[in-house]
Amino acid sequence: MIELTNVTRTYAGGVTALAGVSLTVAAGELVAVTGPSGSGKSTLLHVLGTLDRPTSGGVRIAGYDVAALSDAGLSALRAHRIGFVFQQFHLAGGTTALDNVADGLLYTGLRRAERRRRAERVLHRVGLGHRMEHRPHELSGGERQRVAVARAVAGDPPLLLADEPTGALDTASGAAVVELLRELNGAGTTVVVITHERELAAALPRQVRLRDGRLEHEGTVHGT
Amino acid sequence: MRAEDIHPAGLRPGDVLRGGAVGLRTRPLRAALSALGIAIGIAAMVAVVGISSSSRADLDRTLDSLGTNLLTVSPGRTMDGGLAKLPARAEDMVARIGPVASVSAIGRVADANVYRTDRIPAAETGGLAAYAVRTDLPAATGARLRDGTWLNAATARHPAVVLGATAAERLGVGRAAPEVRVLVGGQWFTVVGILQPAPLAPELDIGALVGWPAAQDRLGFDGHATTVYTRSADAAVEDVRSVLGATANPAAPNEVEVSRPSDALAAKRAAGEAFTRLLLGVGAVALLVGGVGVANTMVISVLERLAEIGLRRALGATRGHIRTQFLAESLLLSALGGAAGALLGAGVTASYAASQSWPPVVPVWTLAGALAATLATGTLAGLYPAVHAGRLPPTTALATP
Ligand SMILES: Nc1ncnc2c1ncn2[C@@H]1O[C@H](COP(=O)(O)OP(=O)(O)OP(=O)(O)O)[C@@H](O)[C@H]1O
Ligand SMILES: [Mg+2]
Repeated sequence: MIELTNVTRTYAGGVTALAGVSLTVAAGELVAVTGPSGSGKSTLLHVLGTLDRPTSGGVRIAGYDVAALSDAGLSALRAHRIGFVFQQFHLAGGTTALDNVADGLLYTGLRRAERRRRAERVLHRVGLGHRMEHRPHELSGGERQRVAVARAVAGDPPLLLADEPTGALDTASGAAVVELLRELNGAGTTVVVITHERELAAALPRQVRLRDGRLEHEGTVHGT
Repeated sequence: MRAEDIHPAGLRPGDVLRGGAVGLRTRPLRAALSALGIAIGIAAMVAVVGISSSSRADLDRTLDSLGTNLLTVSPGRTMDGGLAKLPARAEDMVARIGPVASVSAIGRVADANVYRTDRIPAAETGGLAAYAVRTDLPAATGARLRDGTWLNAATARHPAVVLGATAAERLGVGRAAPEVRVLVGGQWFTVVGILQPAPLAPELDIGALVGWPAAQDRLGFDGHATTVYTRSADAAVEDVRSVLGATANPAAPNEVEVSRPSDALAAKRAAGEAFTRLLLGVGAVALLVGGVGVANTMVISVLERLAEIGLRRALGATRGHIRTQFLAESLLLSALGGAAGALLGAGVTASYAASQSWPPVVPVWTLAGALAATLATGTLAGLYPAVHAGRLPPTTALATP
């Protein structure tokens, strides 16, 4: 599903956020990415999500060589193969949960009625069937993040990328979101989660640790 | 490599519209204010064109009902600069021109002032003039009565007077009646009729019109016409015009002034059109300012919505999708403003035309032009912000909370 070979990413200011990362994630895996602040986690996630291109190195996502795709091709790849969840939810204010999720399918070419139908289904799946007409400000933080997860997976992408999905949530809501990610993974979605929380990471099948833009440590054992 | 089998989907028109409306929905006040700028510009232009078109339509209607085949002959200046006189036979001579259908005349009665009462000092003439008139004058000039009757063969000999519209107003005469009398040349005349304004013969408006024989018998009128009116077949008007001077005064054809009153009206209209163009320019400047307002709104909109742009890119929007969304927003803003402006402009035109009792006219091309100007403004105003938004790297856009 993911194949990074010797990926580097250097920012304009000369900061090297990724300094030669090679990583393979097979389909169906659930991977936690940890590391101190500024270690390059978000940069890595952006590269995995084709939101950013590496300065050098090879990236293959869902079978596509990212370097060979145009910007429009990458957009299509994101539309059909990759779902994103962000720490700040990025829900549209004043728009109902249902429409927020349905708009996640806006660029897939599906008709509006079909988008809303799928949104409804996936909202039921994340346990928010009773909150569909609520706007973001009428939802709790945990519910908002579940809406965001629903939006990310409404199109059934094989790859789900989450950048600190529990960062803005209390422990209980965070746990519910992680549980949801586990469920999705159980249903076949490959999931990569960035997190600060050691406990959370430790509970996941595979952990990848970044430091100064390098893969420092990889553990597949429970508990670091 | 499977680069060829993954393509972004196009957006459906409904989705483009909904996407463009996001900014309007979330910031309605700002949207309304920036649309207002466009509305003012469009309203100004539509109203300017509408009002001048209505005025023109009114003139055309007037000319239609009055005809454009009226020619007048008046005495000009003599060689030595004095006031010329038309020969006493001028009317007869003019009537003999082949295509001339009708002839009538008025003659200014020298030194005959017009007053309501005998208590007004002689110096205050009120700018009114006494004219001796032929009884067939209304047919030739198109003058119509507002009240009372026109002079007939009998009343043309009596101390009876018909007042022009302005004259009646200045004298404070509201209606014609046997007991309503005015002083003309020091003698009492009964007001038998009051005219409506006569656009083709404005000299009648300030006149006190008395019968030709009455003027000669009672006011010492010399019998020389000061304006001869002729109507000819439409096709022959120019031919008649070319011989009119020499016919009216064969002895001194260059001491005669020939004119076509409908031309004077049309010339007045042409003078108005120059002013219309100026106002149209003012409207265009207003529209330009409105466009700058929309551009400003769009730039701010893009800046405020970096996170949304990033999110949309993450959801699979291409640069083109983002560009389209912001261009649609700009066009929508302008279109709302343009529609409101066109309605406002049409409304202003209608109420102004109503106040002038003109037929309200807003030409279709004005609305088409307003639409084109609106879309052009929206495109120009939205182009830079939209392109800029499309070019933003998704990560930059997402980095802003
Ligand atoms: N757009 C950018 N331009 C320049 N430098 C950047 C940019 N984005 C990130 N960096 C730098 O790259 C490094 C890695 O940043 P990144 O956001 O990937 O860290 P992170 O591991 O996600 O940190 P955190 O846990 O705080 O979110 C940091 O030193 C950061 O300052
Ligand atoms: Mg980060």
